[in-house]
Amino acid sequence: MLEYIHKIREIAADLLEKKEVEMVIGFRKGTVPMMNEPTFVNRPEDITALAWDSHCGINLANYLPNRKERIAIIAKGCDSRNIVTHIIENKIQREQLVIIGVPCKGMVDRQLIMNRSEGEVLKALEDDDNIIVRGHGFEKRFRKTEVLQKNCEICIHRNPILYDKLVADKVEEKADMDRYEDIRPIETMDPKEKLDFFDKILESCIRCYACRNACPLCYCPTCFVDEHRPQWVGKSQDSTDIRIFHFLRAYHCAGRCTDCGACERACPVGIPVRLLTKKLEKDCLELFQWEAGMTIDIRPPLDTYKPGDSDNFIK
Amino acid sequence: MKNPYLPYPVRIDEIVTETEDKNLRTFKFVFLNPGDQKEFVYQAGQFAELSIAGKGEIPIGIASSPTEKGFLSFTVNRVGQVTTHLHSMKVNDTMGVRGPLGNAYPWEILEGKNIVIIGGGFAFTTLRSSIVYMLDPKNRSKFKDIHVIYGARTPGMLLYRNEVAQWEKRKDIHMHITVDVTDDPDWAYNVGFVPTITEQKAPAGDDDTYAIVCGPPIMIKFTQPILDDLGYAQDHIIMSLENRMKCGIGMCGRCNIGKEFVCKDGPVFTLAQLTDLPKEY
Amino acid sequence: MAPVMKFIRIDKENWERDLQKLRRSFRLIGPVKADQDCLFKTLGEGEFPDFNFLNTRLSLKSLVLPQSENMFEYSLDQSREDCHILKEVKRNPTQCVVFGIRPCDAFAFLLVKPNFDTPEHEDPYWKQAYGAITLVGLACDTPCSTCFCTSAGCGPYHEEGLDVLLVPADDHYLAKAITEKGKHLLKAVDWDTETAPGVAEKEIEARRLAAEKRITSFISTDHLKEKVTIDLYDAPFWEDVAFSCINCGICTYVCPTCWCFDIQDETRGKSGRRMRNWDSCMYPLFTLHASGHNPRGMKIQRVRQRFMHKLKYYVDKYNNGIQCVGCGRCIRLCPVNIDIRRVGELMNNYKPIA
Repeated sequence: MLEYIHKIREIAADLLEKKEVEMVIGFRKGTVPMMNEPTFVNRPEDITALAWDSHCGINLANYLPNRKERIAIIAKGCDSRNIVTHIIENKIQREQLVIIGVPCKGMVDRQLIMNRSEGEVLKALEDDDNIIVRGHGFEKRFRKTEVLQKNCEICIHRNPILYDKLVADKVEEKADMDRYEDIRPIETMDPKEKLDFFDKILESCIRCYACRNACPLCYCPTCFVDEHRPQWVGKSQDSTDIRIFHFLRAYHCAGRCTDCGACERACPVGIPVRLLTKKLEKDCLELFQWEAGMTIDIRPPLDTYKPGDSDNFIK
Repeated sequence: MKNPYLPYPVRIDEIVTETEDKNLRTFKFVFLNPGDQKEFVYQAGQFAELSIAGKGEIPIGIASSPTEKGFLSFTVNRVGQVTTHLHSMKVNDTMGVRGPLGNAYPWEILEGKNIVIIGGGFAFTTLRSSIVYMLDPKNRSKFKDIHVIYGARTPGMLLYRNEVAQWEKRKDIHMHITVDVTDDPDWAYNVGFVPTITEQKAPAGDDDTYAIVCGPPIMIKFTQPILDDLGYAQDHIIMSLENRMKCGIGMCGRCNIGKEFVCKDGPVFTLAQLTDLPKEY
Repeated sequence: MAPVMKFIRIDKENWERDLQKLRRSFRLIGPVKADQDCLFKTLGEGEFPDFNFLNTRLSLKSLVLPQSENMFEYSLDQSREDCHILKEVKRNPTQCVVFGIRPCDAFAFLLVKPNFDTPEHEDPYWKQAYGAITLVGLACDTPCSTCFCTSAGCGPYHEEGLDVLLVPADDHYLAKAITEKGKHLLKAVDWDTETAPGVAEKEIEARRLAAEKRITSFISTDHLKEKVTIDLYDAPFWEDVAFSCINCGICTYVCPTCWCFDIQDETRGKSGRRMRNWDSCMYPLFTLHASGHNPRGMKIQRVRQRFMHKLKYYVDKYNNGIQCVGCGRCIRLCPVNIDIRRVGELMNNYKPIA
């Protein structure tokens, strides 16, 4: 996946030189190990600022809504599905975009690597299959497949769905796996157990809204938690208000979420936010045979109606 | 030191609907505890937080003058949650007032000077306080000429109409009332925007003349070049800013423009001060 | 000049017994291992501080400025005489001792103090809570690569802000009382075994220098003061700095020196409370006027506000250095890797085009 960067730069520089786009949205090398920063390049001579490795987990589709420029954007499988959703929801026009597709082998979980290292990680190197981290007095090698982000581990759409250029041959998609292994035990809980379970996982929430703001779907001009005339949700650390925020946000993403993992990756206190969004993803798959972001031609199930709908209340 | 977040309990003593659209009402408050009134020592230009339990607080300029004893008054535009609730309240209801807050117009500098007050719309409240203060028999001799240019959209949108009419009749204050438009054939005053009337009526600027300007951004934007042309130096143009506030005492962090807090270091600034600060208001 | 404070030797074998003794009059707070992190919490019976940790994710500011805090209570019951009148909530902060606070986090309280304790007004909540804590700081021999305290007016053995400095040695700790509060604490536990004059001082000095050498990352601040506010404000680099920002509140919430808050009334039935909650300059609602106008309505304005506040407005307003202790939390936890060291460099070196 490392060699992708040459092709990414080549395509991006070409697009800028030919003035086919005004900016390229991608990543630049981070200032700390295992982090990269979303950035834009608008001059061909700056193209070497662009970087690519296994730490590009942030969903770049988040940087598109309401932009007016002609944009080239680097897109993994999940990013491309969120771009599709943005196009359907009119947050960006297809004609504005040149999508540089990246067949993805999964992004690594920085927190997991830090937890499994014997000290602070000061340097991280990688080859095709391994991540090697070094710190004071230790060096450790991980197979990438062992330290993938949880959503990448179960990803079945690693190749971009919608793209104009592809930086490499497509990778093989994974199949035959239970994507909802962690959801099933929660589904079997009785209401009281569920409530306790959710309160437990949300206990450390500091309401920084990083999960929401990292999510490409959360582009509402005013989020419901910020509604103040009248105010909908309390602002304190009251557990009811915290719960309402997380639950309602998850519902608002139903049928739109691509399980890109941005929410969970951004959380500073390690809340498994995806447990909420994934349940709704599962429901959409089971009830409507729907996966978000697979086509720009069909609107997501929760903003359409079909006479054959299985629910009676709507008829 | 007392808790600066604790409002004084007050009773609504009188409510006057000021404007024809009924969106502006003047509330007169009296303190529930007589001792509190002695503590509430203020100058024209300061503001206070009006506090309604269960609704919150809202910063409003004090419209009464320190020379008016026994009550405080505030003219409130119905725009947000707290002000909408306030408009539904009745005489004798209990609420809170916290203050006085912020700085005042620089009265120690203004003494002995010509004062030109330029106001538009509902931003006339602390200007009313200032005029009443200056016209008080004990104070009038401390100031030279006083000019007031005050405009509203229509005659029915003018605040304090009875008082303004009284001032019109006086010899010791030059009133220049104006409205943007009117179809009232009996309208005896000016018609035109505040900047235009300023150009026509305001005295030329000099070392001894200060302008106090309060109004909507658009009025300020067009009045400023006229004052420049009239020869007002930037440190002779005084303005009062508004920003979203919560604490009112410079602690909660939201109302800053550069290093200055509008609630504590302001709301009164000279144009000269504002030139060096980000325009985040 | 005050006499030089002596170092007190505390044997590790008596440590737990001594802390037990303290529990009678103080609430003890210390670092405890959690899932992926170490958290400062009240130490229950049988719990003792675990000093084997890197910097914690959250700072200790919530000890003095809780994320949610009641200020007043009120009743909306018309039949009551005090209906609609705000009443102060009873505040009786228990005296507590924090063991193991990093010098940077303790120093942060001093940077925040001029905001809450001013000649004109005192914030009684902040002041009482701050008055009720005794800070026993752990000398920091294991900084993170993102720590830049030595260039932020602080350091791994920095004493300002601490009541007691605690330096771990092989079978004992060396403790130095910095303040009267600190002396009082040492006395309360009968920690009074003075070390031989000169020896410990020399050793600690050497360790301090070694620890400072371990800080290899820096922020440039030397030219900030002389910059013209408006020049920095109008600098072209903000677009680049702000691009990746998602406007979450992480940087401000994990920062030990960010103090902004919101005031809210919450009513349940006929009674309610006026409370304050942390707020963040990253949120659009922070500055939104009732009219709908927002002076910092755009992301770039909010990102700029955060850095300008820390590295310019604070510097100019208090003449007290930058509003940052170099703990590096915002760097480590920013989901998109915005780095205050990089922004500091841009601001410090900025020269407006003439």
